Amino acid sequence: MTTPPTSDFVVRTEHLGRVVKDKVLVEDVTFEVRTREVLAIVGPSGSGKSSLLRLLNRLDEPTSGAVYVEGTDYRQIAPPELRRKLGLVNQRPYLFPGTAEDNLQFGPRQRGESLSHESIEQLLARVGLKGYASRNVANLSGGEAQRVSVARTLANSPLVLLLDEPTSALDEASKLEVESAIQNVVHDHGLTCVLVTHDTAQAARLAERALLLEAGRVVRIGSVSEVLHA
Amino acid sequence: MLKIFISNQLYLGLAQALVAALAAMVVVLLARKRGIHLERDTLIAMVRGIVQVVAVGSILLLLLRGPRWTSGLLLAGMITAAGATSALRAKGMPDAFRVSAWSIALGAGSVIALMTWLGVIDTAITSLVPVGSMLIANAMNTNGLALNRLRSDVLAHVGEIETALALGAEAKTSVSPYVQASIEASLIPAIDSIRSLGIVWIPGLMAGMLLSGARPVYAAIYQFVVLAMIFAASGLTSLVSTLLIRDRIFTSAQQLSLQPGR
Repeated sequence: MTTPPTSDFVVRTEHLGRVVKDKVLVEDVTFEVRTREVLAIVGPSGSGKSSLLRLLNRLDEPTSGAVYVEGTDYRQIAPPELRRKLGLVNQRPYLFPGTAEDNLQFGPRQRGESLSHESIEQLLARVGLKGYASRNVANLSGGEAQRVSVARTLANSPLVLLLDEPTSALDEASKLEVESAIQNVVHDHGLTCVLVTHDTAQAARLAERALLLEAGRVVRIGSVSEVLHA
Repeated sequence: MLKIFISNQLYLGLAQALVAALAAMVVVLLARKRGIHLERDTLIAMVRGIVQVVAVGSILLLLLRGPRWTSGLLLAGMITAAGATSALRAKGMPDAFRVSAWSIALGAGSVIALMTWLGVIDTAITSLVPVGSMLIANAMNTNGLALNRLRSDVLAHVGEIETALALGAEAKTSVSPYVQASIEASLIPAIDSIRSLGIVWIPGLMAGMLLSGARPVYAAIYQFVVLAMIFAASGLTSLVSTLLIRDRIFTSAQQLSLQPGR
């Protein structure tokens, strides 16, 4: 019998695993994400960081273990609702054709809602893109596109923001812009966040705790300094 | 020129088939020079095609004297074969054969049944089977084009589809742009056939009717009837097959199961 997750944890995984065609992507991963914390998932390339994040968003199905969201087994939650609660931002922004506002309206529109123009402007301002609502996304720089992608996920009012290597495809200047936007939305607005990154310096800058993955398994979990400097 | 040397109709037909096949193989060789390898597929398709059409011609000869319900059996066999053929164009798509066969049965079969009941298609085997086969063959092509296009589009846009899913979209919403594009693309040949009717091409059925003594205006109108029926059958097939396959490329938890390399 598994221990019911406490309310201090927004997300808790228990012995989570995924095996595809005999290849182990994630194995026996147990951890929790505390309310309002930033947890960095670090590890070498191919260690299963992104696979773990996809499991949290249920874009892939676990082959073992369980995930609890606010104490509820996430298989009891309809996938679209779950994915709104655990909002994922990908390495590449994959913006939909149209304006920044069109992109931010996408999530709310899926549940028959519409954000006011003011709300859109506020969300864009949080990622440092004030006045960008009517901009065609085809004309945005890489950093701007990624920040629109963050704002688009925030438009769903997620419980947890899942960031999958959000700056790895960007140049140094754009990377700093996106990091600053993340700092703003996460720290200043108290949003819970799971950040996947291979950049340990970035993990140290943005996160309070870290989880080190190797070959799909948890090697260490604890404060950033404990994990990164052990 | 062939007629100068060959008087026997059967031998003449074989010689004509050989010459036409050689023309096709020249194109295959030209394609090969540009690194496009069609040799195996084309050769197998041509051998299969000639064997099949001669076999069907022979069966038709026997069926002409049989009861009318035999045409239903023949059309059902054609639908099954059409399903298997167009499923090959959807490699990697789950349940492609069943989806194709059901879609062609529903698309072409319902149009054939309705038009036969209304008297647009004559119930005589000599009319029902050839006209029905035209509808099935075109539905097969449309189905193959639709599934092939949908497969390529989905595989090329996995990131966009999963982004939509991650933002809370239902599975059907996440692929709707690609489903629409595949339906539109699959119907281009059927629409262009109607648009260019009589200007770019005079199809075989009309030529056959003229040769058998039908009035030219009636033969022309009936050709339009056939092309409109082809559009109806193809369009319905494409709508059904993309709908059926759309539901099969996602798991019950709305995860995209059609992925590159999986």
